[in-house]
Amino acid sequence: MAKIDAIVSWKKLNLGAAITEPGSARQFLTGDWRTQRPILNKEECIRCGRCWIYCPEAAYNEDEEGYFICDLNYCKGCGICAQECPVGAITMTLEET
Amino acid sequence: MMPAEEKAFKGLKARELPKEELFTQGHRACQGCGGALALRLVMKAVGNRVIVANATGCMEIISSAFPQTAWEVPWIHVAFENAAAVASGIESALKALMRKGRLKKEKIFVLAIAGDGGTADIGLQALSGALERGHDFVYVCIDNEAYMNTGIQRSSSTPFGARTTTSPAGKKSIGQVTWKKNVAEIAMAHHIPYVATVCPTYYQDMMNKVKKAITTPGPAYIHCLAPCPTGWRCSPNLTIEVGRLAVETGVFPLYEVTNGECKINYPHRRLKPVREYLQLQGRFRHLTDKYIEIIQERVKEEIAKLQALEKFSSFYKNALANF
Repeated sequence: MAKIDAIVSWKKLNLGAAITEPGSARQFLTGDWRTQRPILNKEECIRCGRCWIYCPEAAYNEDEEGYFICDLNYCKGCGICAQECPVGAITMTLEET
Repeated sequence: MMPAEEKAFKGLKARELPKEELFTQGHRACQGCGGALALRLVMKAVGNRVIVANATGCMEIISSAFPQTAWEVPWIHVAFENAAAVASGIESALKALMRKGRLKKEKIFVLAIAGDGGTADIGLQALSGALERGHDFVYVCIDNEAYMNTGIQRSSSTPFGARTTTSPAGKKSIGQVTWKKNVAEIAMAHHIPYVATVCPTYYQDMMNKVKKAITTPGPAYIHCLAPCPTGWRCSPNLTIEVGRLAVETGVFPLYEVTNGECKINYPHRRLKPVREYLQLQGRFRHLTDKYIEIIQERVKEEIAKLQALEKFSSFYKNALANF
């Protein structure tokens, strides 16, 4: 999916091969690298936001209730959120195929 | 920035951290990359009025896979050795254009980012020159302690005993045989206004230091330890934990030097044994007790030196006031 977006003909390049669209890497979904996915247990969650601040992919977003929800389009499944969660509300489970 | 605003800044609160992502999703870093996390936190602290000069290295490769970019701010990729030189050029150009009235007069920050290879080995002379000329910019070194991008070759920032592909461990070798180059101390020797060491595990401390560095007029240097699960041979979920142990064992103390006045932020309690930090990582797995003892002695020595510097700088300040 992401592969098609990443290939560009040289005729379409800007002058000096400059990239004019900021943050265009958002089109590249890194979620398919994942072997484990984080599952949030909302009953245990204290909404401290540590999973959000420690996520190298910036995959966590705050919802209206203040819970931090992982965007599985970008999550690479490193497991930092599960390791650093102070109450153990996040568990990593194997991705089913 | 204006002095009034500088005084108003008291530190970011844990509940009011910036939500804006200027280093976006979809970059190609490995799972659990400490460097990508460090960049994300740096960009959160700096805000969007900034121009970034990024030397070759992991952080350049992962963020700009060609037709796409993970940056929301003006960004320029420069060669391995001249991140500091390009940053000083950008700063001078902004100054000249604003003086001639071709740009609106406002504060635009300049940020140079390089890895440990681009700072400690290849870019050292450009960094030294830019610090010496006193340009108003911040240099952030994302230190993952080897050339991870090309396949874990040793750099001068690799610590003693670490196994890399060019300092392999075996019967006749213990891995890297030299000690880590202390670039923060080299930057300190230039008598620049602000030098700090940070680690993304202590995110609030890190963002405050970056904010302080960027609002300080004149050059500032920030040395950031970025744990690298791929090169350090640890599990990707331990990135934060390894960073925490590096600070708590005293291997990488967090301190800041403001106009020659040193202040140690972490560790503020007793040091943990250095073995706890080493045993998490595969690159130190071959070390025997003898070498761990040597590393422990060295860490104690470095911390003692830093504490002496902290004491001396406050003593020196008082002496100067009474002179």
